Amino acid sequence: MKFGVVTFPGSNCDYDSYAATKFVIGCETEFLWHKSEDLAGSDAIILPGGFSYGDYLRSGAIARFSPIMKAVEKFARSGGIVIGICNGFQVLVEAGLLPGALLRNSHLRFSCKYVYLKVERTDTVFTGECRADRVLKIPIAHGDGNYYNFQGELDDLEKNNQVLFRYANRTGQVLPEANPNGSVGNIAGILNREGNVLGMMPHPERAVENILGSSDGQAIFRSIVAHFNSKPAAV
Amino acid sequence: MKKAIVYIKLKDGVLDPQGKTIALAMGNMGYDEFRSVRSGRFFELECEDRSDLEKRIDEVCRRLLANPVVENYQVEMLS
Repeated sequence: MKFGVVTFPGSNCDYDSYAATKFVIGCETEFLWHKSEDLAGSDAIILPGGFSYGDYLRSGAIARFSPIMKAVEKFARSGGIVIGICNGFQVLVEAGLLPGALLRNSHLRFSCKYVYLKVERTDTVFTGECRADRVLKIPIAHGDGNYYNFQGELDDLEKNNQVLFRYANRTGQVLPEANPNGSVGNIAGILNREGNVLGMMPHPERAVENILGSSDGQAIFRSIVAHFNSKPAAV
Repeated sequence: MKKAIVYIKLKDGVLDPQGKTIALAMGNMGYDEFRSVRSGRFFELECEDRSDLEKRIDEVCRRLLANPVVENYQVEMLS
């Protein structure tokens, strides 16, 4: 399968994402320039972290209108696999492909550290290769990662099991003290209702080899590949 | 040319850590009477006049300048 990694002006995790899927996971991977409207035959799209358009206006607010996003929106709405990481998550909520908003961290500081994620479901495109009790050690690096949604939509997210990752302690307990940014419900990553679009603030592409401090991020990319390979080939 | 001023403010109930921190600083400076501060931003738009200008401004507020999930906006037209 082939991954496409979008590069916006100001993206800075595009090379890490590329290295993760190409060299660690071993899949064909191509950079997709923000001015293009062509996904180059990609089977999964990564919207990487960074500071697209300098985070001007709101994080992700300008990138969301770039030409490549027209193609990504169309791809996502027809069931294509899309993962937005950090700034990519911000772009997805601004584009309306995921519900809610990402506000300034409640403590107002940029947070860069390892966190532990409780995996809420292992029956998804993105977590099929995770064990049921799996806790992932993956770093965060953001200033605007405080997931917010109003109560009604939050209830819908929970009811539809769209919360995929929650900030937890080392043993997987979801506790207020494990919440690094003030996100409601310790939410670190959510799915769209159909389950083909994931947004997450932590950076799995920065945790794909033990020398980096953790290789737990591999599970997410490997799950996507396993899901793709299990599908009957398109005719 | 017309001028429009767009004010953007977080909706009531949405946490505004920046406003809270500013309020804290004001308290530390001895300005105890200010109970809360809500932060926001504004934009000055210079626009060519057209019959549907107000509708267009409203549209660009919804689509770009404000995030309707968490923010409200208010437009003031100056002639």
